[in-house]
Amino acid sequence: MTLEELEGIAASVRQENAKFDYEVNVCMDLACASQGADKLKEALEKAAALSEKTILIRRTGCMGPCSHGPLVRADARRDARAHSNSTLYGRTRADHAEAIVNSLGGAPVAELQCDLNEHFESQVRVVLENAGHIDPEKIDDYIARDGYKALLTVLLEMTPNGVVHRITESGLRGRGGGGYPTGLKWGTVAKAAGDVKYVVCNGDEGDPGAFMDRSVMEGDPHRVIEGMAIAAYAVGASKGYIYVRAEYPVAVARLTTAIREARRRGLLGVAIANTHFNFDVEIRLGAGAFVCGEETALLASIEGKRGTPRTRPPYPAANGLWGKPTLINNVETFANIAPIVRNGGRWFHDMGSERSKGTKVFALTGKIANTGLVEVPMGIKLREIIEKIGGGVPQGHTFKAVQTGGPSGGCIPAEMLDVGVSYDALLKMGSIMGSGGMIVMDDTSCMVNVARFFVEFCMTESCGKCIPCRAGTAQMYTLLTRIATGAGTMEDLDLLEDLCSTVKEASLCGLGQTAPNPVLSTLKYFRNEYIEHIVHKRCPAGVCDLEVAAEVVA
Amino acid sequence: MAAPREDTLSALLPPPLPSDDTRWKIVNGTMRKNGFARHALIETLHTVQSSFGYLDDEAIRFVARSLRVPLSQAYGVVTFYHYFNLKPPGRHTLTICAGTACYIKGADKLIAAAEKHLGVKPGHTTPDGEVSLMVARCVGACSRAPVSLLDSAVQGEMTREQMMEQLERWAVE
Repeated sequence: MTLEELEGIAASVRQENAKFDYEVNVCMDLACASQGADKLKEALEKAAALSEKTILIRRTGCMGPCSHGPLVRADARRDARAHSNSTLYGRTRADHAEAIVNSLGGAPVAELQCDLNEHFESQVRVVLENAGHIDPEKIDDYIARDGYKALLTVLLEMTPNGVVHRITESGLRGRGGGGYPTGLKWGTVAKAAGDVKYVVCNGDEGDPGAFMDRSVMEGDPHRVIEGMAIAAYAVGASKGYIYVRAEYPVAVARLTTAIREARRRGLLGVAIANTHFNFDVEIRLGAGAFVCGEETALLASIEGKRGTPRTRPPYPAANGLWGKPTLINNVETFANIAPIVRNGGRWFHDMGSERSKGTKVFALTGKIANTGLVEVPMGIKLREIIEKIGGGVPQGHTFKAVQTGGPSGGCIPAEMLDVGVSYDALLKMGSIMGSGGMIVMDDTSCMVNVARFFVEFCMTESCGKCIPCRAGTAQMYTLLTRIATGAGTMEDLDLLEDLCSTVKEASLCGLGQTAPNPVLSTLKYFRNEYIEHIVHKRCPAGVCDLEVAAEVVA
Repeated sequence: MAAPREDTLSALLPPPLPSDDTRWKIVNGTMRKNGFARHALIETLHTVQSSFGYLDDEAIRFVARSLRVPLSQAYGVVTFYHYFNLKPPGRHTLTICAGTACYIKGADKLIAAAEKHLGVKPGHTTPDGEVSLMVARCVGACSRAPVSLLDSAVQGEMTREQMMEQLERWAVE
């Protein structure tokens, strides 16, 4: 494959698409698929076949605002006589197919139209640039949108050092949650001695309430593969692994297809683009262990062992998979690579806040009007994400907190919403960026109950290797249960805080070190709720069952 | 030098398939594809579970011996990962997602209702072998919480009534 051949494929796809007057894109991501998007697509195909217009019906990945799904976007070619170029329809069913097809070229179907201008206005799409525009199972669709151009450019025109330099210049930081500078990590692996090195993609998206990586792997799998291949060239690796949760069967299927197609096109394999660069990727399945998101545990799991973490250093950059230097990055990090290479490091560096560059994808869920995937520039205020993009808390309830970072994160209260989103700001507030789950809670959520929920999660997911995490989370859970059932005392609060700091300081890996965050952040911002439970035996949100305890007090 | 004893020799060879059930050939295929390497343990266990629905002693022993992994280590791996089942699943499986978004939207109430109706705790199957009740950590369809899986079909915005209806439907099938 040469650059000319690649451009030839892109041109022929564009030419092929130009034969159609209209494009109707159907979102078939998990959320829309669970609402009957497959039947809808069939109905659209049938209606299109009967129509005189030439219409391309395409399956795509996640379009974003899932709460309005199943979503359909009808696009007209510039030269077609249409009222608008692009119309987004929501809550579409198979019996709407005919109306949508008939409306092409005329006025849109008013009752299905989604007015989501506010939702999209402040978003910037880098990682999700192809979402809703390509068929994830067609490599040529990806190529037609500049796919693999970055890889071939890198192989033919850049030195490995130059690639590392460009990524460093962009200021990209790891999107898995830690926020370690990506360029620095690449540089370390590139400099590590050894002729066998590995590139590993962490697709073990274990944070409950986060699904960005799933959507990227399912909706734009080649983007991840291209990012990995560029990384492999930069650090000198020739073998890659994508570690995906077994709970994501569609992602596994899409990646499998993508790898096969990339091999067929000569974009994976030996002597890629007639250079000396060889690279191939294999998929490894997770098996339902949250701790495997931790890099050393993940590597153990790829080696077929129990996924328990080990002490670092040595870091995987020096001593990773099978003892070889290994580069591990998250799905979203790899998804950022191709656009950075294409547009330059400065372009990426110009987006975002001072120490957090570029954009971040968030999975916005919970008690909010527009749930789904959003991609925003770093530094955007939380309030803008929740109120403008998310459309606020529905049904006359009031906002209480937004939980970021999953079980390792914290709950951020209303008075902190004017803080801009960045790794450092979230850390300062007692939460973390995490992989990007953002769960909105309203006045019907009890913060003691939420803290207990997360601690229970960490307790059951603790691998048991180190005592602070194994025993500490269990004791934290006991204390929180006491408080939630009305048996707690004020001394329990002190004990809980004390225990949190022990678990945080003394645990071996990130799971234990961050497990206290949900407790500490709720104690910091919602202490009065704990006190209500302890002193007045009352749950302000009406979630916890304190009846028995309340009677004793009375 | 004395000739190696027969049982030492046979220990070096891959064991015969446990039975002529063709599913063992699929399992063997996964191991062969990975060159019977030890690191293929988890991959192979996945194949066993997808072929047989669960992992029993016979399967674990067979895989451990084929890959020359100590049985203790294989058992350790099987029990470490939540995804692997040691018991056969019911004819139908109801999986209720209890990820954060689902929990905030009342998944705990769904679980309580299902437990009461089926008379089993999560992770167990009704005594008649009809329905397994499972709780998932997160299936990634958080935007349509609360989410359940009816066998393998994802159902968003699940209500208590819809869930009960489904359980009734399975019961009369």
